[in-house]
Amino acid sequence: MSIDTMAETSASVPHKPMPSHLTFSGFFACFRGIVWREVLRFLHQRERFLSALVRPLVWLFIFAAGFRQVLGVSIIPPYQTYVLYETYVAPGLLGMILLFNAMQSSLSMVYDRETGAMRTLLVSPYPRWFLLFSKLIGGVSVALLQVYTFLAIAYFWEIQPDAAALPVGLTIGGQFVGFEIPAPYNGYITVLPAIILSGLMLGAFGLFLSSVIRQLENFAGVMNFVIFPMFFASSALYPLWRIRESSPLLYEICRFNPFTHAVELIRFAFYGQLDPTSFYVVAGCTILFLACAIYAYNPSKGLIARRGPGARS
Amino acid sequence: MLRRKMVDALTSQKGSSSTGEALRVRNVSHSFGDTRALNDVSLDVAPGSFTILLGLNGAGKSTLFSLITRLYDNTSGEIHILGNDVRRRPSAALQRLGVVFQSRTLDSDLTLLQNLTYHAALHGFGRRESKRRAHEALKTVGLDERAKEKVRNLSGGQARRVEIARSMLHDPGLLLLDEPTVGLDIDSRQSVISIVRRLVNEHGIGVLWATHLIDEIDKTDKIIVMHKGRVLYSGSVPGLLEAGQANDPASAFRNLTETTRAEAA
Repeated sequence: MSIDTMAETSASVPHKPMPSHLTFSGFFACFRGIVWREVLRFLHQRERFLSALVRPLVWLFIFAAGFRQVLGVSIIPPYQTYVLYETYVAPGLLGMILLFNAMQSSLSMVYDRETGAMRTLLVSPYPRWFLLFSKLIGGVSVALLQVYTFLAIAYFWEIQPDAAALPVGLTIGGQFVGFEIPAPYNGYITVLPAIILSGLMLGAFGLFLSSVIRQLENFAGVMNFVIFPMFFASSALYPLWRIRESSPLLYEICRFNPFTHAVELIRFAFYGQLDPTSFYVVAGCTILFLACAIYAYNPSKGLIARRGPGARS
Repeated sequence: MLRRKMVDALTSQKGSSSTGEALRVRNVSHSFGDTRALNDVSLDVAPGSFTILLGLNGAGKSTLFSLITRLYDNTSGEIHILGNDVRRRPSAALQRLGVVFQSRTLDSDLTLLQNLTYHAALHGFGRRESKRRAHEALKTVGLDERAKEKVRNLSGGQARRVEIARSMLHDPGLLLLDEPTVGLDIDSRQSVISIVRRLVNEHGIGVLWATHLIDEIDKTDKIIVMHKGRVLYSGSVPGLLEAGQANDPASAFRNLTETTRAEAA
């Protein structure tokens, strides 16, 4: 690039020359900047942190306690014994945290778009898919903070993982070098990839929604049409075989709900197991939703382009 | 300094003055459905010039800004930022572009410094470099001593100055400002305008300043009048008075836009 070589040769210039192309370290700086902003913003909004935490806890402490006597859960994988309803519902509540977080950040995206914060993001010289993906990871990081805080509190409510001991290390010459994470606690680690993947899927779905939603409607609309149907028509609150008993049609709907698979992926991972079907569905949906979102934000084809300037301009 | 040299280098190398423009818009039209927002718009912003884009609400200024910032692509015509086609080389073009949007875009819960370093990160600068640039930019708008304060505590005018500082962080060659003084009191307006004029003089950047406030015009500015998606006039202030057959810019602008209205009817 001619202009930059010219700039570099002028040695008296105090600044570093402007990067002539997007470097790898630049990509990393950009990524870190976006994620850092999301987390920082979340930590500064104490009410949001609190309500994000209180919501699943209310379900756990009150709803689950009341439901305990009504709904018996038989032995289904991954459980090896009868479990209390609280134990059954906990992975569903983790899914709920992810779902709410994804919808909240998608809504903030609509809000951002109206106030222009989204536009400041999109004038970055980095490729748009990369910016959106970084934003998504930022959302997942925020969700992880919420999930582990919830798990820490739920631990004292006897919601504890149950997974086989996890060896961390290498076997060298028949000799194991490393350490072992003791039996129940490694569930906290095995659940991590499941949380991240599910968070990505729901976040990508929210990102796509944010491009479709025309204006900053209130949260109730998203709640009625997205969050509630997704949450209730899933295996979060009751095992699917229970639903089949009452309505085969609903059972089929639940089976096709990607959120069901996110919950099951988390449930099995919490017990140190992998549920392959759920994994494939969640991974596939993540790719699909992400592709839709990136398409929607594409400057020449996407939905944003067709719409024109918002009401404010 | 650096910018000046780079622009000179570019101009001398290509040997033609047109590629040396900070912004070059050629025959751009854009429609949303049946509404034609922009109709064959061509305009230039020279490096080191303060160009005022004058137009009423709905003249197409915002659409033009969306196209230049690549919120969406222009369907016809070409837009070049310092010689880089916005569609073909978006990264190179956006690297040289600074924008101040009409609406407030700072995070009010975060500090000035956090806001600015976030923006520097969006341009790929590392942590230390981001901080250095943030402080430097805040100094030029006279707010460095408040770097650790939250944006929430700033007045409207101060927040605007921070946004100008932010748009300058990556040494852009072209600065776009979309109605930057709307909602500010007289003193704040004056300080925002004088800061941007100083940037033009000292750093040699090209500024495109969209407004409907005619009293922001200075005699030496270049004026572009837009109306209903078309460019009606482009040139100096004396030229505007002549074209509008008036003694002051306000009447000249009114005469120009009313003529087209009469023609259309």
